[in-house]
This record gives sequence, C-alpha cells and structure tokens, in this order.
Amino acid sequence: MMTPRRAVVPVVLLILLVVLPFLSVDIPVLFGGPLDSPGTLNLLALCLVFAGVALSYDLLFGYTGLLSFGHALYFALGVYLPAIALTEWEWSLPAALALLAVVAIALPLVLGAVSLRVTGIAFAMVTLAFAQAGNVIVQTNPGGLTGGDEGIILNFDPLPDFVVGIVNTKYLYWLALGYAVAVFLIARAAIGSSAGHVWRAIRDNERRVEVIGLRPYPYKLLAFVLASFLAAWGGFLWLLLIGVTPEVTTATFTLTLLVMVVLGGTGTRFGALVGGFAYTLLDNRLRNLAGEERIQELPDVLRVPLSEPLFLLGALFVAIVFFAPGGISSFPARLRSLVYRRAAKESAP
Amino acid sequence: MSTFVLLTITGLGLGALYFLIASGLSLIYGLMGVLNFAHGAFITFGAYAAWWITTHVEASAEAELILATAFGLVVGAVLAAAVELVFIRPLYRRPVEQVLVTVGLALALGALVFGIWGADPKSFPDRPGEVTALPSWMIDTTTILGARIPNDRFVEIAVAVVVLAGLTAFLRFTRIGLIIRAGVENRAMVTALGIDVRKTFTFVFAVGGALAALAGVLSGIYFSTVDPGRGTSLLIFAFIVVVIGGFGSIGGSAVAAVAVGLVQQYANFYAADWLDWSGAGDVAVMFLLAGVLLLRPEGLAPKVAH
Repeated sequence: MMTPRRAVVPVVLLILLVVLPFLSVDIPVLFGGPLDSPGTLNLLALCLVFAGVALSYDLLFGYTGLLSFGHALYFALGVYLPAIALTEWEWSLPAALALLAVVAIALPLVLGAVSLRVTGIAFAMVTLAFAQAGNVIVQTNPGGLTGGDEGIILNFDPLPDFVVGIVNTKYLYWLALGYAVAVFLIARAAIGSSAGHVWRAIRDNERRVEVIGLRPYPYKLLAFVLASFLAAWGGFLWLLLIGVTPEVTTATFTLTLLVMVVLGGTGTRFGALVGGFAYTLLDNRLRNLAGEERIQELPDVLRVPLSEPLFLLGALFVAIVFFAPGGISSFPARLRSLVYRRAAKESAP
Repeated sequence: MSTFVLLTITGLGLGALYFLIASGLSLIYGLMGVLNFAHGAFITFGAYAAWWITTHVEASAEAELILATAFGLVVGAVLAAAVELVFIRPLYRRPVEQVLVTVGLALALGALVFGIWGADPKSFPDRPGEVTALPSWMIDTTTILGARIPNDRFVEIAVAVVVLAGLTAFLRFTRIGLIIRAGVENRAMVTALGIDVRKTFTFVFAVGGALAALAGVLSGIYFSTVDPGRGTSLLIFAFIVVVIGGFGSIGGSAVAAVAVGLVQQYANFYAADWLDWSGAGDVAVMFLLAGVLLLRPEGLAPKVAH
C-alpha cells in the first residue's frame, strides 16, 4: 500500500491533470499551443491513452515476463470493432460497447490459450503471427468491412454530443484521463492480488512456481486476457480521438508499446504510465520539429535522421537499454545516488 | 494442372527467400539465444545497396546484377558484423536486453531507410532507358507441363539450394562449423573447453546478414521492386519459418520454408478464389504456425544445427 506521504505527489498531479483544461498556460517547448487549446488537449489525451495502454502491456511484459509482440491486435480490436458496429451495422453506442466488452475477453482468451502453450521466444512469435493475421485481415478489407488502407469514416450519429466536435475536446481529454486512472487502479489491484504475486514469481522463475505446485498457465492466461481487455478500451479512445487508421494493427505499433514500457521502466508502478506519456509527447514534438524550416534547411546527413521521429526514438531506446536499464522511473534514484556519492566524497577527509 | 505447377514453383521461389532469411536467424538464435529483429534491416539495406549499384553502374545486365548482388552481400555482412560488435556483444548474457536492442535498431534503421529513399517502391534493377532491366533470359519463361514459368523463379530456388548445400557442408566439415554445431547444442560446455564462442558469433552474424541481404536482392528480382517495408514483411514470415522449423536447425528451416511458401501460394490462389478475399494466403500461414505449435511445441526439428 501507498503511505500517505508517498501518495501526495500522484494526488497533486492528478488534481492538476483534472483541472488542466481550464488552465490557459503556454508551455513553449513541450506544447504547440496553450494548455486549454483543442490541439494541446487532444495531444494530452493521446498521451494519457498511451500511458494506460503501456501499463496494460507492462502487466504482460514487466510483471509476468511475457514478451508479446501481438498487443497491437487487441488495441486494434478496440478501434475497429466499435467502428464497424457503429458505422457498418449502425448499432447504438451501448450495444457496440457491450460487443467490444465481450469480444475483448473472448478473443484474447482463445488466442492466449493457444499461444501460451509455448513459452519464451516461441510465444513472442505466435503472438506476432496472430497480430499479423489481424493486420492482413484489416489491410485486405474482407467484404468491405475494414476499409483497407483508407480505414473507416466513423458514423458519429450514435455517439453522444459531448464527444463530437473540436470544442468538446476537453471531454475526450477527461475520458482519456479517466481511462488512464482506471487502468492504473485496476493494474494496481491486480498486481497486489494473490494472482499478481504469482505473476511476478513466474517472471522471476517459472520453474520454481511449478515446483511449489502451482500451474503457471491459468495465471499467465489471466494476465494475457486482462492486459488485452484493458488495451482494447484504449483502442476505443483512439477511435474517438484519431479515428480508424490501419497503422494500429502493425507489428511496429506493438514494438512502440514495448519501447514505451522500457523507456519508462518495466515492472514499476509509474514507469509504464510515464513511458507511454513521454513517448507519445516526444513522438508528436519530434514530428512537428521535423517540419520546421531550420531542420529542412540542414544538409541531408543531418536532415534525414532528424526528420524521422522513429529513428530518434529508436536510438533513444537503444541508449536507454544500454545506459539506463531502469528507464525514466529510475532517474530520481540514479540522481539521488549520484548526489549522495558526491556528498560522501566531499565530506570524506 | 498448369496453374498448380505455376503455384508450386512460385511457392518454392518464395520459400527460397524465406529460407535464406530464416537460416541466419535460426543459427543466431540457436547459438546465442538472440532473437534478431534487426534482421529485417539487413534485408532492406542489402536490397537498397544492390539497387543503388544498378543506378550508378553502366554495364551489361548480367555484370550489373552480379556486381549489385555482391555489393548487397558485403553491405549486409558489414552491417550485421557492426551491429553484433557494437550493440549485441556488450549485452552478452542479458538476452532480454539483446532482443530490446535489436527492436530499437529495427525501428531506427527502418525509419532511416524511409527517410533516405522515401516510401515509394523503386523498380529493380534500375537501368534508365532500358525496357528489360534484368538479363533477358531471366525474364523469358520456361514451359513445364503447360505452365509458363518466369526463369527468375529458378534462379531464386537454385541460389537457396546452393546455400543450403553450402551451409550444411560448412557446418559438417569445417572447424568453425563444428564449433557452431557444438555451441548450438551446449554453449556452456564449448566455452568450458576453452573455445571463445563469441568470435564465432560475430562470424555467424555476418553470414546471417549476408544471407539476409541476398534474400533482399532476390526479393527485388522476385517482386521487380525494392521498398522500405520489404525487410519487415519478409522477416515476419521468416520468424514463422524458424519457429516451425525449430531454432538452430538449418534442415528444419529449409523444410519449413518450403511448407510456408507453398501453403501461402496455394491458399492465396484457391482460397482467395473461393472466399473472394486476397488475405487468405497470409492468414493460412498463421494457422499453419498455430497448428504446428499445438501439435509439436518444439517445432519440427530438435535443437541441433545440421
């Protein structure tokens, strides 16, 4: 449990995030416009969505030690299934969401049951293959359902008014904040439960768990289904914020989730949240930076790498793995130990 | 019948590409336990290096193609050796970090290709002002059992067969091959006997990179283009081949590559006709993988390099 003192910073941060749409503050380098402008709120909402999705991935990778390369599939499910239900079948919103809730449990239950028959790298490959099948289905547009490369133009009629239109971005922002907080609370409860203890034991030494007399399989399946279910709702928010784009089904998309988690720090309470938020923000800022004139005027050797955000983020990721394996969330501790060491050196005779 | 023959030989040609990629991946994983996501970058860089040669050199079509292939191979091998020395070796004994680093490299190098050469496919080989960029005999067709088959398919299959024979002989009859085989089976024991497996590993990485680049060049001939997504799309199928074939087994990779190539081609034609859906071939391969793993979780071959 969190002690009252340790809870102060997250609670203050949360209050700040809740009232943020009312703050007309300009933060020059981080955001393109004042905090209450629709563009900035949209970006912040996206950052919060990925904070949540990254945390859902961390349940698998950081807490249970399952390296999945197919998490994008369940995120994409949350994007595509409601979009198809609302647009093609003209369902009402509650019906579409109920369908998503059912499928977001059933699909990972079936696919997880198959892929968890193998472990380690083979598991990674099977999840990759299933996600790739999802990508192929979306790209090849069977029966004109998924729209292929074009995606789907969402039918907004069944949606409540407050999520539609640019003036209402702040409601989407709050939805995204609610999502991130919900994922955090669910993840915390799950990690603190007895199943959560078994997850960490599996991560550290699966053989030992078996020797104690527990079957790791149902616990791993539970982690897989829970993580996938949480990711699917992140997909639904992406649908409201961005719309339907086939890029969410690609293997690269899953890899970016992995990058987020490692960037923030795996298996730590706030690491994945921070990583997902920071990655999304960085990606967006680097994209804007690439379009700027002072970058475009540079010689090719500098211009080409600097205008590819994924190159810079990939390089940053490699650097983190090499030099700061704990990710961003280990920075305070690193800083502290650095300061202590210096202080100790100075006080030494 | 003629359609079946055409599909079979095209499937074998595709399987040849998968085998070239998978054999390197499989040895790298078998020897060091490194799942190399950066392999896709070796494919793409090799293909673009060869394409670059064809735009800069003026010679006969044959000479140009041979030069381009050789250059692609060198680029693939050098890139792979550099990746191993700079990024993989310092993380020795930390397998998860090694995979993460190759993921980062795959993303970064992929983005770099995108930035340098753009998103559009380039026609390969690129010989400005000529209608037939490939040697003319490669474009001609051979008629087998009524099927008219483009000759370049035979080139791909022949290259893969030569590589398979060469790799098998190399693993069986040379000292390094012996160390690799022993290392795949029990690395700790080989190290305990005083042999530095790490040097061998750099070598295996370079060979894997060269083979991946070769697959990239051949895929340029197969599809008549090179594009920035080529590495990633081929890599996913190569991963499937490695899993089906069993890690560390060259023979297993060859069998699995043929199976995957054929299933993909047959399903693409017959099921696509029947379902009216063009994604059937790729999805059939995913089902093949799931089926094999359900029946034999360790893959077709046990973990031995032979």
